[in-house]
Amino acid sequence: MPKSGPMLLDLHLPKSQAPLGATAVIVLADGTELWGRGMGAAGSVGGEICFNTSITGYQEILTDPSYAGQIIAFTFPHIGNVGANPEDIETTTPAARGLIVREDITEPSNWRSSQHLDGWLRSHGLIGIAGIDTRSLTRRLRDAGAANGVVCHAPEGIFDLAELRSQAKAWPGLEGMDLAKEVTCRQTYHWDETLWTLGQGYGRQAVSTFHVVAVDYGAKRNILRCLASNGCRVTVVPASTSADAILRLRPHGVFLSNGPGDPAATGAYAVPTIKHIIEAGIPTFGICLGHQMMALALGAKTEKMHHGHRGANHPVKDLVSGKVEITSQNHGFVVVEGSLPSGLEVTHKSLFDGSVEGFKVKDMPAFAVQYHPEASPGPRDSRYLFERFVKMMAENA
Amino acid sequence: MPKRRDIESILIIGAGPIIIGQACEFDYSGTQACKALKEEGYRVILVNSNPATIMTDPGLADATYIEPITPEILARIIEKERPDALLPTMGGQTALNTAMELAKRGILREYEVEMIGANAEVIEKAEDRLLFREAMTRIGLESPRSAIAHSMEEAKAALLEIGLPSVIRPSFTLAGTGGGIAYNQDEFEQIVTAGLKASPVCEVLVEESVLGWKEFEMEVVRDRADNCIIVCSIENVDPMGIHTGDSITVAPALTLTDKEYQTMRDASIACLREIGVDTGGSNVQFAVNPDTGRLIVIEMNPRVSRSSALASKATGFPIAKIAAKLAVGYTLDELQNDITEVTPASFEPTIDYVVTKMPRFTFEKFPGAEKTLTTSMKSVGEAMAIGRNFAESLQKALRSMETGLTGLNEVDIPGAASGENSDIARAALAVPTPDRLLVIAQAFRLGLSVADVQRACRYDAWFLRQIEGIVAAETKVHERGLPNDRAGLLHLKRLGFSDARLAELTGVAEAAVAARRNELDVHPVYKRIDTCAAEFASSTPYMYSTYEGDGLAPAECEADPSEANKVIILGGGPNRIGQGIEFDYCCVHAVYALDEAGYETIMVNCNPETVSTDYDTSDRLYFEPLTSEDVIELVRVEQKRGALKGVIVQFGGQTPLKLAAALEDAKIPILGTPPDAIDLAEDRERFQKLLARLGLRQPNNGTANSLAEAERIAESIGYPVVIRPSYVLGGRAMEIVHDRSVLTRYMTEAVKVSGKDPVLIDSYLQDAIEVDVDAISDGRDVHVAGIMEHIEEAGIHSGDSACSLPPYTLSPAVIEDIRAQTKKLGLALGVIGLMNVQYAVKGNDVYILEVNPRASRTVPFVAKATGVAIAKLAARLMAGEPLTNFRLDGAKGSHVAVKEAVFPFARFPNVDTLLGPEMKSTGEVMGLDSDFGRAFAKSQLGSGVELPLEGAVFVSVRDRDKPGMIAVGKKLVELGFSLIATHGTAAALRAHGIKVDDVKKVMEGRPHIVDTMKNGGVHLVFNTTDGAQAIADSFSIRRTALMNKIPYYTTVAGARAAVAAIGALKSGKLEVTPLQSYLEGSF
Repeated sequence: MPKSGPMLLDLHLPKSQAPLGATAVIVLADGTELWGRGMGAAGSVGGEICFNTSITGYQEILTDPSYAGQIIAFTFPHIGNVGANPEDIETTTPAARGLIVREDITEPSNWRSSQHLDGWLRSHGLIGIAGIDTRSLTRRLRDAGAANGVVCHAPEGIFDLAELRSQAKAWPGLEGMDLAKEVTCRQTYHWDETLWTLGQGYGRQAVSTFHVVAVDYGAKRNILRCLASNGCRVTVVPASTSADAILRLRPHGVFLSNGPGDPAATGAYAVPTIKHIIEAGIPTFGICLGHQMMALALGAKTEKMHHGHRGANHPVKDLVSGKVEITSQNHGFVVVEGSLPSGLEVTHKSLFDGSVEGFKVKDMPAFAVQYHPEASPGPRDSRYLFERFVKMMAENA
Repeated sequence: MPKRRDIESILIIGAGPIIIGQACEFDYSGTQACKALKEEGYRVILVNSNPATIMTDPGLADATYIEPITPEILARIIEKERPDALLPTMGGQTALNTAMELAKRGILREYEVEMIGANAEVIEKAEDRLLFREAMTRIGLESPRSAIAHSMEEAKAALLEIGLPSVIRPSFTLAGTGGGIAYNQDEFEQIVTAGLKASPVCEVLVEESVLGWKEFEMEVVRDRADNCIIVCSIENVDPMGIHTGDSITVAPALTLTDKEYQTMRDASIACLREIGVDTGGSNVQFAVNPDTGRLIVIEMNPRVSRSSALASKATGFPIAKIAAKLAVGYTLDELQNDITEVTPASFEPTIDYVVTKMPRFTFEKFPGAEKTLTTSMKSVGEAMAIGRNFAESLQKALRSMETGLTGLNEVDIPGAASGENSDIARAALAVPTPDRLLVIAQAFRLGLSVADVQRACRYDAWFLRQIEGIVAAETKVHERGLPNDRAGLLHLKRLGFSDARLAELTGVAEAAVAARRNELDVHPVYKRIDTCAAEFASSTPYMYSTYEGDGLAPAECEADPSEANKVIILGGGPNRIGQGIEFDYCCVHAVYALDEAGYETIMVNCNPETVSTDYDTSDRLYFEPLTSEDVIELVRVEQKRGALKGVIVQFGGQTPLKLAAALEDAKIPILGTPPDAIDLAEDRERFQKLLARLGLRQPNNGTANSLAEAERIAESIGYPVVIRPSYVLGGRAMEIVHDRSVLTRYMTEAVKVSGKDPVLIDSYLQDAIEVDVDAISDGRDVHVAGIMEHIEEAGIHSGDSACSLPPYTLSPAVIEDIRAQTKKLGLALGVIGLMNVQYAVKGNDVYILEVNPRASRTVPFVAKATGVAIAKLAARLMAGEPLTNFRLDGAKGSHVAVKEAVFPFARFPNVDTLLGPEMKSTGEVMGLDSDFGRAFAKSQLGSGVELPLEGAVFVSVRDRDKPGMIAVGKKLVELGFSLIATHGTAAALRAHGIKVDDVKKVMEGRPHIVDTMKNGGVHLVFNTTDGAQAIADSFSIRRTALMNKIPYYTTVAGARAAVAAIGALKSGKLEVTPLQSYLEGSF
């Protein structure tokens, strides 16, 4: 079969007028304008534009605190079919800045739906745009890398394009940004909600075995639910909590959560804490940003990825068992494999690009994964990691 | 884990003839499996009785047995080939059941053949309803309340627990044969009786009805390291209660939250693990209560299926190919994703478009059949369409059906025209009919609300609102006319409206809409199916059209046409009776041949079951509806770069042929025989003049535009006459008319069928032998590739008739005459490529019935029987090569090939099985052996007819057949059969000294012949009839024979052939020989 490259993108035509009926526009930092119809709240917002290839779970994605500072382009054209409900959320306040979709949001149809997605977006102040060729945008992000831009929703159809262009240019980008401080909890709290099941919804923890302190850099609730369902008594603490304060809570294990932004930036204050905890021999488990910062704490480096991993179909190989798990992913930074010190052993690798997806510390009870074993949204293949953490605490106890 | 080295040879069982429930999808899967395993260096042994498949091309397997798929024949093949392994999961239910039987009979153990993919225990657990239910309970999954019954008593006891309505499912049957939903006691008993009979183990499941629930399917693949992936989720738009094969379905599922989807995903994987499918693809079906989300497992298929073919085409993930590789030990992470070439197969495809599959029905072929959809599948084919939203994909699917729809066309709901009485519309919506989608749209036009419609039809409101949205857009267009602005027109095109539909709505010509579109520069762009929603670059040009853009900037098109010399091949669209897999075979061969000749090949088709729509069959694939608008748009894109040599329209049956005029008008080059030659062959008057000039003969005939004219012509020709509308395929509405009253009735109906087109009347050559000829020509020379003598006499549609290659009764002189006439015709018509001629031979006179200068249904049969790949050659000739460039000497042996048709009558209760000029068969088998008797015996066995070797034969024939039956009767007695006959036939036989018992006709009082048949007193039926009354009288005989699996023949020639076959069978066991040895040296 003859192989051929993609056709040239033709998104750079100079223009500055809204087409008839356009109520929203995306303006990229390079000046590209993409016109569509507004949805959700009116106004404009800047951020890093990224794409997510999940077909289901838009509500979970929009409420995942790791999306702070980002505008999400959904590759699946129909978003909003099942409406919004009070259960499928990962935080109460969405962290994502906006969303980009191909199709207008439809009336919801699902037995659990309680609200039209558009209404839900409005009630959370989220700005969105529909009618965009999200595939074309995705190809652009894939080829040219993550882009900064502004989404503006103006119901009356009047846009100050010059202003939007300068906003887009002015947005600094995620590198060097400590966004965890914006999405972490303000104070310590206990968590006892367990996982969702069909017919029962969420449960409440009855008994617990181990005390886990979860450091919240922007934790998804489902991680806390996974811990609770695995018999952990969970205490959630703010991102800036010191190692001493954590140790004073006498945890059996410490969990380092996911979160937004640049691990190096947040690491400025989190890394010393993590280092201290690991050195104290407390079983530690990190996910996503937690994984990256644990790597930093142990001497590795992280870097910004070209366009990141965001979707629910990412294959990860467990190098120990040889098994492949289909994982949910959302990260724009990655641990640099070549920078790993000898004390770390890579345990999981991405089968898409070979990047580091998990490691363990050789002589210490600590491990971390880049992807999201708590799923929500996405496959639940990797829930065994929570059991592994519990086992580690049991062995250490 | 690397591939296994402890096995060297693998036996693959195909699915046999195309039947309802098993169509081309198993050619697609089998072909992929053969290729995948050969690629790995295994010796592949293939068994399939269906010659019209690509998988049975001699190059695809090391030993190809075109033999009946029965346990006995398989045992002979295993004995001969001694395969190390058997892969039973590629050939549908046929292969699975046959493999199970081989296991049960100990044949696999005896010859140490290991079942790979799924073993006997797994198949048993998945297929046996009770075991399956128990397994699901063990892993905490709910099943509908149910009970197994082996008798009516047990069934009635079960009903007390379960209540009505209840679903009855016979065990081990294909596509729900014999099952159904019972709403009352009467229906319950009726369906249970039929179900017990249909089940080979006399077992039915009586089940709680989940009628109206939402239905979902998950396509799961597992490897031997226990890696599991979901390739695709499928949501049925039609709710539970309608067989998934008859349902409109979409991929991916659109109305589940992630939590519900993941619950279903986990359940599907748990199901595979519990059932024990170690490697390969499976399909798990679920029902979801729309109000509570309660999830119930319905069934699982531990094999590739129609749905997995759909999932493969919908995502670009080749399930059958991967499943074959997993079966020999690979794990998913060791296999590559062919589409991206940079990622492994161990991932879950994600898509950025919506796929709609729509079933194609052929109820019009079976007068008397009830047009209601149930859990027993009735559709004969399907189309798939891809769009960037549901509305677009739905509307593309509607026009892909090729039933004359241009979109959600208006239908009449009798009595509901005004919309004042919505009860009538609601009642219509409540009945699951093949056109319910159109009824729904009509109900919206009548002002019904989504809630009203939903209550009546139980479609999910999401889909209904989409349909309502399309109808609302239609209303606006209808009121305001075609938009004058780019954005307005683009908006409509994004909703999937075809130019043709917009033309209807605005009352202008389609050309005017196309002109407006060109003027406003509104054209589709092409996006790629890449398994990953553009996350990775795709090197595979597998494409669909859509409309993108904001109306300002040009939309992004990923077609990226090449600089090559290219040929576009138009496929055949959805399978239907009269146009099936044979045409896909021809298209695929055209692709292969032109690829060999150095062209870039571009395939266009919308049938997800086929080999032609596999992304690695052609260089480039457009998954598009076969309408002039859709085809011309993509041709324009391909013409932007490189050189388009031309388009092939003659290989995909009537579908692409119908586009020839539009393509010519658009100045698009058409390869091979010019469309005018096709018109010359189809236009009665032009053709008559041509024959007169050539000095060739055709039956007396005439063309009538009115009843009076028809009567006059019929009188002058003399009854009986064959009458049919012009321009039809598959003998649609063709009839043999014996008298004036029938003619009158026909003319009132036929004029409705054919609209303005005239009606053709031919003299019916009674008792003539029909002959089919396939030939190829380059315009200078004609090569007669195959001459087939029909077993049934002229008047039975050629697609329904069994035939023999070479002819088995024709004299050498007649054969020579036919050869000469074919050559004359080919040259006179200017055929470049394939041509099919049908002749009737009466005595030594040869009459031309019809000429079709295009690929015919018999092309693959001829190719397999003679070893000359005529479709490939034809494609090369069409591209300009001379016939003299090719070796045309095929197989030298003296083997005989018999083609037999396979019918779907068992699925249509109360439909007569009598054959006539209207085609009714869904598929065919080939019997290949050293003499006619054996070849015919194999053809019967292959089509599911088991000829008796002893017992009683019932004979009842019309007067003019009585002389012919004497020899047959004598031979039967010689072979040790006893004869039973009705009065007249008995007397005729006795007059020739043949011992025969009398039996009463049905109308003569009881006990009559049907009683005897039902009591097991008849093992073979020879019954010929004439005239409406006799046909009606003998209806119950044919139906009883069908339902009791008693072989029956309705022509003297058929009876003769059957007796020859029985003689051959009694003279020794059937031997098996691979196609490659018959064709030694011919490839």
